[in-house]
Amino acid sequence: MKKIKFLTLALVVSTLFIGCSKDDAPQPEAVNEEEVITTLTVTLVPTDGGSAAVTLQSRDLDGDGPDEPVITTGNLATGVTYSGSIVLLNETEDPAEDITEEVEEESVEHQFFYTSTGGLDVTTSGENPDSEGDKLGTEFTLVAGAVSSGTLTFTLRHEPKKPNTGLEDAGGESDIIATFNIEVQ
Amino acid sequence: MRNYVFVILLFSCISSLSQNCNNSLSGTVTDIHDGQLLTGVTLIVAETDQAVQTNFDGTYSFSNLCNATYYIQVSHPYCLTKGFTVKVYGDTNKSFKLEHHLEELNQITIEGKAYGDKSKTLLEHTINKEDLERFSSGSVGDALKSLSGVSALNTGSTVVKPLIHGLHSSRVTIINNGVRLEDQEWGAEHAPNVDINSISNLSVIKGAGALQYSGDAVGGVIIAETSKVPVKDSLYGRSLMTTTTNGRGLSLSSKLTKSYKNGWYATLQGTLKRFGDFEAPDYVLSNTGVYESNVALKVGFNRFDYGIEGYYSRFKNELGILIASHLGGARDQDRAIESDIPLIINDFTYTIKAPRQDVTHHLATIKGFKRFDNFGKLNFQYDFQRNNRLEFDIRRGDDKDKPASDLQLDTHTVLLDIESRLNDEILLKSGVMTKYQHNFANPSTGVRRLIPDYEMYDLGLYFIVDYQLNDHLLLEVGGRYDYSYMDVFKFYRTSFWESRDYDQHFPEIVVEKLINQILTNPQPKFSNGSGTFGATYVFSEKYKLFFNYSIASRAPNSSELFSEGLHHSASRIELGDLSFKSEIAHKVAVTFQRHSDKFSFSVNPYINTISDFIVNEPTDVRQTLRGNFQVWEYRQTNAQLLGIDVDASYAFTENYRLNSQFSLVKGYDRTLNTSLISMPPVNISNEIVYKNSDFNNIRLSLQSAYSFKQNNYPDNNFDIYIPEIESWKEIDVSSTPDAYHLLNFNSSIDINLKHNSKLTVGLRVTNVLNTSYRNYLNRLRYYADDLGRNFILNLKINY
Repeated sequence: MKKIKFLTLALVVSTLFIGCSKDDAPQPEAVNEEEVITTLTVTLVPTDGGSAAVTLQSRDLDGDGPDEPVITTGNLATGVTYSGSIVLLNETEDPAEDITEEVEEESVEHQFFYTSTGGLDVTTSGENPDSEGDKLGTEFTLVAGAVSSGTLTFTLRHEPKKPNTGLEDAGGESDIIATFNIEVQ
Repeated sequence: MRNYVFVILLFSCISSLSQNCNNSLSGTVTDIHDGQLLTGVTLIVAETDQAVQTNFDGTYSFSNLCNATYYIQVSHPYCLTKGFTVKVYGDTNKSFKLEHHLEELNQITIEGKAYGDKSKTLLEHTINKEDLERFSSGSVGDALKSLSGVSALNTGSTVVKPLIHGLHSSRVTIINNGVRLEDQEWGAEHAPNVDINSISNLSVIKGAGALQYSGDAVGGVIIAETSKVPVKDSLYGRSLMTTTTNGRGLSLSSKLTKSYKNGWYATLQGTLKRFGDFEAPDYVLSNTGVYESNVALKVGFNRFDYGIEGYYSRFKNELGILIASHLGGARDQDRAIESDIPLIINDFTYTIKAPRQDVTHHLATIKGFKRFDNFGKLNFQYDFQRNNRLEFDIRRGDDKDKPASDLQLDTHTVLLDIESRLNDEILLKSGVMTKYQHNFANPSTGVRRLIPDYEMYDLGLYFIVDYQLNDHLLLEVGGRYDYSYMDVFKFYRTSFWESRDYDQHFPEIVVEKLINQILTNPQPKFSNGSGTFGATYVFSEKYKLFFNYSIASRAPNSSELFSEGLHHSASRIELGDLSFKSEIAHKVAVTFQRHSDKFSFSVNPYINTISDFIVNEPTDVRQTLRGNFQVWEYRQTNAQLLGIDVDASYAFTENYRLNSQFSLVKGYDRTLNTSLISMPPVNISNEIVYKNSDFNNIRLSLQSAYSFKQNNYPDNNFDIYIPEIESWKEIDVSSTPDAYHLLNFNSSIDINLKHNSKLTVGLRVTNVLNTSYRNYLNRLRYYADDLGRNFILNLKINY
């Protein structure tokens, strides 16, 4: 009987102790998203050096927040062959992190696709290869054909089937889809 | 002349006294301590050797008794046998009370039950040990699904979340061994962290009437209990082994109990499960394996007037999520839905890769009771729970092996209850609960927190009064008050903070402004009242009517308040709302029950009217660099759920029985005049059982389960622009799968071994016809078919 009284008392005291041991929670640290891609920049440099270089950019600083991506586009010159390169950045970090490096390190698991629509007369080829000789596509060649306008979409697929016959066949998961309105003048 | 008449009358009177032996004696047998009706009590009339047993209502009946005084012996396995002298005159009613000794001593281990009687005016549905053992290789959700009115919200075949009368997650309270489970139950893809092999009784109360557990069980309460330990010197155990063809896996579970006559006891239990990829009829469901390992230890000491028990359990579950369900955005979603088969099908493997979940739940509890003369019983309980949830996503670079979500939820709860019998008719239960909860979201994941860091304090007070008005009518009334206070640190994206006008409405909670985020310190407080009123009317031995009205209030959970961002496993952006109020549900449920060996049924219509019901539904499509994502926003609306559950059981002969179930529920959004999402379709199941206890307890059954197509659903389709075809395309995420019919076969037989051991061999075949089907309540239904045929071999040894 004495034992149980003691036990009960001990329990009540222990719970009071637990109940009271409130330590002020420290302020949590902010999380900077490490793998978010905020910015895709495509630089198209004419191989003949004659006409101007073109920069296409899609920039979404709040990631999946409510702000829409800010799109910068440019126009291509008819008949010109461009050498294209793609740079991916995470600008939520300071300094900005270059995600292209990560993609190139895991080149086998990634591939860029370029799709033109709306009669835009451009052709792409010459994608740079991944470490196993299949297409990666962070670098490519683009030829602007006849005067036309439409959209050009860059899609980065994670873990696609390789080799493949194109976007429809590739499968995998979309890491980036960026669409630009473009004119060939 | 007058004398003659008198003499005749006198004689007739005497003759009636001496020869009228058509009287009946009936009544109930109850527990002297808590007034609980006792079943299986044997009553013997000493003079005539007539013997009867009390049935499930605790009632008994003798017939053909004379007007005389009888000596009746009343005995029960858990009680001291007692003798009573009863004077029978005409049809007599007499109720007995027994000292329910042994069971009382076991009080502490059957806490859930005694401490509950759960609800006396809501019909309780129970799954017993034998049925639970059939589900040994599955989960608690799989077992619960076998009850009428309970369905399951699946994410694949391994994440199974119970749905009661159309409601789930935070609206269903789960009590494990007397402790309210705090396991991040808010997520639809979070299954309850309970080992099915650790429990021996599982009950469901389809309503909020069980106020001793919670006031916010808008859907209902699920109670998992461990088995009782007898007060005697004994050592016994049970081992279960289950192998399955689908998943090509094995589940092992063992339990050993040692008990002493002096009241001490200990139970050790462990479970190990390993399954590889499960299979649909036509293909492998890649990355759906499971690896589960659980242990539980219970040590206690029981005496008649006091007892104490310590319990610890660890549940650890690692499971893969169908790889084909992992999507980058709306375009990927479109591709996946358009395809008849999963976009990724690999060869069978036991390896579990990302996306996967790794959940560990620790539960430690210490509880005691003390009985005071003329006062009642005092129960005390302290419990600690730690739930650590890791979710791994398909990631890039250095983050590959890092979880995308790492949440640790710690909960401390102290409960104090008093049960007091005020008089023969009135039983009062009252109690107080205090709870402290701390959620820690590990920032090293490199992914913004889905659920913020918070501390929560809860205080709950309740009372329940049972009033046994007469032998037929029992009234129950209860009330509960809960106060909760949350202290939250939440980072908002600046763009979201401003787009919601939070900068106008909540400027005071801003702590710090960072480059593109704002740190805030919201401190929501909620005061909730809940109550119940019910009655049970016993018409006769066979017929009973239950009536219950309950009002339940539920404070919004942290997911509903603070979600803000991409929920990758759902491939959508989820947005909560800081200004939510508590949702309040009024539920009226009536159950009409007939119970007899030959024919039993119950009919349970209900109506649940919920104001400020929190729904999560699509409102928009958001463009990001990753593509388009559907935006799902939580909003409050007025909802109403109507439904009916019917159970019936008919015995054709001693060995053949037909069991039938029917459940229907309709959910309406009364504000928008649409249907609610994820409401279970109408389903019917019929099972024919052959059972012969003379032939090794053989049991064979064939079950037919038919699930209708859900025709009432909201239109959540959305349009996305496809550059390749230069037009908009509708993504159909609303349409429901077709009706399907499944056949399941079940058999078991007992074999007696030497030394008091028994082997039970069971063979089950689920989806006998290997039907390809998709289930509306499976969140992965867009991407793959459900499970194909599965042979399950079950071996159990009791020793």
